[in-house]
Amino acid sequence: MMRFMLLFSRQGKLRLQKWYLATSDKERKKMVRELMQVVLARKPKMCSFLEWRDLKVVYKRYASLYFCCAIEGQDNELITLELIHRYVELLDKYFGSVCELDIIFNFEKAYFILDEFLMGGDVQDTSKKSVLKAIEQADLLQEDESPRSVLEEMGLA
Amino acid sequence: MPAVSKGDGMRGLAVFISDIRNCKSKEAEIKRINKELANIRSKFKGDKALDGYSKKKYVCKLLFIFLLGHDIDFGHMEAVNLLSSNKYTEKQIGYLFISVLVNSNSELIRLINNAIKNDLASRNPTFMCLALHCIANVGSREMGEAFAADIPRILVAGDSMDSVKQSAALCLLRLYKASPDLVPMGEWTARVVHLLNDQHMGVVTAAVSLITCLCKKNPDDFKTCVSLAVSRLSRIVSSASTDLQDYTYYFVPAPWLSVKLLRLLQCYPPPEDAAVKGRLVECLETVLNKAQEPPKSKKVQHSNAKNAILFETISLIIHYDSEPNLLVRACNQLGQFLQHRETNLRYLALESMCTLASSEFSHEAVKTHIDTVINALKTERDVSVRQRAADLLYAMCDRSNAKQIVSEMLRYLETADYAIREEIVLKVAILAEKYAVDYSWYVDTILNLIRIAGDYVSEEVWYRVLQIVTNRDDVQGYAAKTVFEALQAPACHENMVKVGGYILGEFGNLIAGDPRSSPPVQFSLLHSKFHLCSVATRALLLSTYIKFINLFPETKATIQGVLRAGSQLRNADVELQQRAVEYLTLSSVASTDVLATVLEEMPPFPERESSILAKLKRKKGPGAGSALDDGRRDPSSNDINGGMEPTPSTVSTPSPSADLLGLRAAPPPAAPPASAGAGNLLVDVFDGPAAQPSLGPTPEEAFLSPGPEDIGPPIPEADELLNKFVCKNNGVLFENQLLQIGVKSEFRQNLGRMYLFYGNKTSVQFQNFSPTVVHPGDLQTHILSGPAQPPASPRRPSSPWGSRLTQLAVQTKRVAAQVDGGAQVQQVLNIECLRDFLTPPLLSVRFRYGGAPQALTLKLPVTINKFFQPTEMAAQDFFQRWKQLSLPQQEAQKIFKANHPMDAEVTKAKLLGFGSALLDNVDPNPENFVGAGIIQTKALQVGCLLRLEPNAQAQMYRLTLRTSKEPVSRHLCELLAQQF
Repeated sequence: MMRFMLLFSRQGKLRLQKWYLATSDKERKKMVRELMQVVLARKPKMCSFLEWRDLKVVYKRYASLYFCCAIEGQDNELITLELIHRYVELLDKYFGSVCELDIIFNFEKAYFILDEFLMGGDVQDTSKKSVLKAIEQADLLQEDESPRSVLEEMGLA
Repeated sequence: MPAVSKGDGMRGLAVFISDIRNCKSKEAEIKRINKELANIRSKFKGDKALDGYSKKKYVCKLLFIFLLGHDIDFGHMEAVNLLSSNKYTEKQIGYLFISVLVNSNSELIRLINNAIKNDLASRNPTFMCLALHCIANVGSREMGEAFAADIPRILVAGDSMDSVKQSAALCLLRLYKASPDLVPMGEWTARVVHLLNDQHMGVVTAAVSLITCLCKKNPDDFKTCVSLAVSRLSRIVSSASTDLQDYTYYFVPAPWLSVKLLRLLQCYPPPEDAAVKGRLVECLETVLNKAQEPPKSKKVQHSNAKNAILFETISLIIHYDSEPNLLVRACNQLGQFLQHRETNLRYLALESMCTLASSEFSHEAVKTHIDTVINALKTERDVSVRQRAADLLYAMCDRSNAKQIVSEMLRYLETADYAIREEIVLKVAILAEKYAVDYSWYVDTILNLIRIAGDYVSEEVWYRVLQIVTNRDDVQGYAAKTVFEALQAPACHENMVKVGGYILGEFGNLIAGDPRSSPPVQFSLLHSKFHLCSVATRALLLSTYIKFINLFPETKATIQGVLRAGSQLRNADVELQQRAVEYLTLSSVASTDVLATVLEEMPPFPERESSILAKLKRKKGPGAGSALDDGRRDPSSNDINGGMEPTPSTVSTPSPSADLLGLRAAPPPAAPPASAGAGNLLVDVFDGPAAQPSLGPTPEEAFLSPGPEDIGPPIPEADELLNKFVCKNNGVLFENQLLQIGVKSEFRQNLGRMYLFYGNKTSVQFQNFSPTVVHPGDLQTHILSGPAQPPASPRRPSSPWGSRLTQLAVQTKRVAAQVDGGAQVQQVLNIECLRDFLTPPLLSVRFRYGGAPQALTLKLPVTINKFFQPTEMAAQDFFQRWKQLSLPQQEAQKIFKANHPMDAEVTKAKLLGFGSALLDNVDPNPENFVGAGIIQTKALQVGCLLRLEPNAQAQMYRLTLRTSKEPVSRHLCELLAQQF
């Protein structure tokens, strides 16, 4: 089971954090700070896995952004690495060649996509089509609403 | 899909984010944020009701501020409002806020429960999924209480959409992990298992995770999942790369599902059904074959996905540990990866090989890669990879390669990263001790350790070398000579001075014949280091000096001069001053005979678990124990390295609860009052003019009195009581005038549950009642092979679940601290057998009865045979297996006199109670009993065959046990022989 996922920039700015086990704010901050330091200090050719506290950390850098997952002892490192890749692919498909700015300005979408893909720290569906279809449907619901809400506001509904 | 501004982009939010990004300094950013927070606060507090859109916008801003690392302490109510809205976008943002910000203990959970309930009942799949996500994300007990009963229904309902089923499966998994007792197991289990057959791959993917978790606690209820998982896996593995359409990832069919299925199979032993097993082996072989095929794509994603499956397959093969052919193939495959250009693969191969090294089938195959691994240790540029290489070397070490590995690790230590030096030091110390053929090599190795990495040599390590030198007279002369030489280096580490001081104080006489190391030379060499050392070391050296006065009377005058010096007698440090004063007086007042008695050579130390090992275990999980808790590899090591007889403890021997040498800061080798007479004499001696408080307990020694968490040795009858329970699970474990302890237990596979009933037989309340369970971990039995010893290091926290090093995980619940007179309290223990073990856990009960503290330590009736699964087999099979286990160390035999009347029916009942199946028509002699079974542990299974031959005339039995693990054979034989 994945414990948490972090997205942060080369400058050490946190862009997204998702925790799958209840963790206190203080502990979260401490872990984020510590882990960012460890990962940012690593050189490009080093391996993507490391032992950290009692967890295994799997990370990969895409352009200026680090994707970093903490998994448990028995979990499979390589498949987690590809899980990160699949998430990046989903973001890319949704935003159309995604960049860090997309994630900054649309962090809530990045969360929604992640939630369709992972749940409770486990893979829910690995099919790109299914995940994107779900997101698309949600976006459609959103569009349906907009005009209606205008009508409502005018007291016509 | 250009969706960036899809729907209603929240302009206000985008503007705010831009503002923050344009801030030139941290201060400006904080200012902007505070301004925004004030704005949002006033909006939320304002009289005008906010519309949904504004609420959503402000809540999003709060989320963003939270992401920047600021604390958010308001907005929750607005989020709850949004979440209860009928509009999807508002609902979605409401849920997002809750799941990102809320901790499981938040008060708000109660507020949102209602909204969640509505959404779950809405039959709108999108809303249902949002609600399920939220439950899973919070995952608290409260959530479980509210929804655990509903979710299984949603999961197995015929009309649930696939996406809802997926979310329900993972949501249930999360709740089950958080509070298993809340998730009712019921008629739906069978339907959950059948989700493995679902048409929709996404549903299967989610369901496998759930089943994997559930079956660990209820293996029997979910047993049918094995064959379903195998057939699903087989279909995937044999499918063409395009068959599974969107579930194919870079030409690899369903890699996530495959990995999860292989994980699930690791919860069970190899399938018993031959057809299922055949199909599975075929799958595993196919995966191994595919690894050799040319890649279908050059993309790293392709090879990663493929290798993810491969590594999981290898894990399963290691888990089964029963197919030599597959194990060796796995090892060869990993061997190829060791030289792969991808760092990731080298890392994983080293890691995976570490577990492979502990399988008897593949240990030799792993050893063939030693040169590659040593090379990795030297040349890898990534410290985490080097670390794995060091772990693997440690795991593959045995007598044949110990010298090479130890010397490589020593060499590596010179350049090793600071972060891992201490661990390497511990590992070297352990290997050197474990595989020492001659102890001069051991002494050399430890002294080298101190020379190379003195700062990282913890006291456990140098205590240990002293202990071993003290206990083995064949190495004492060599040790004295070597430390003497080492001390001649102009700059030597303080730890070297400590070891040198102690050894010369005890055994300096062995090299005193050589004029180059005559007593005065030894003394002046040690004393030349004196002034540079810390207080603790100086205290130790003072003790060495008084020992010298006894060993070498010719040094008496010089040493007395040193002791008499103002810098000693008036030393500001109380410990040093006291020692100087007492030693000086002792040397001048006592006669030679008295001196010789008081300052006699230290008696041998009682054997117990190496505290180095305990330290390594504390320090680091992985790999630490794998090489050691495994006597199989080197059956002779027990005799050679563990042959030290435990000595009856004398007054000076530290109690078992003391740390290793019984010494903390300053080990005083002096003044062990060997007899009562000597003790009295001491008092007289110090009645003299220079009287100081006599050699009472120093502050250090106060450490050694058993602390609250220490556990005393088991009561003398503990073994006898334990024996009563070898063949039965229920009964009274212990009874005296105060207390009765009853046991009820059941075991299934490698799991067990035990109920302990503590009855207060008095009419007075027991206070501070605290029963605790510790498992000493019998690593020491492998290394030192002493007969069952009292626990070595009871200070270790009681075994956590899942630690790779523990052999037995015991989970206990606290019981009430008061037990009323005449009342009974119950304690439940959950027991998981992780690997084979020899010593039972200890149960320590402490309480106050009428103001007097009571303490009692018993052996918990958990013996390895409790994890027996009877196996029926035909005569032919039995003999075939019997022959397979023909190595002398696999067999244990005992001939003994009957202690009870020889009744065939009683014997049968006992053997069945012991756990094995009784096989009829196997032994040609119908008087004899033949049995078979498998010991189930999490890590491995041990097949056991047994034969009991009664001889009614002689009133004797002959018992023969054959298992694949030598210590297990011996142990079972011991256990069973006491039953007849």
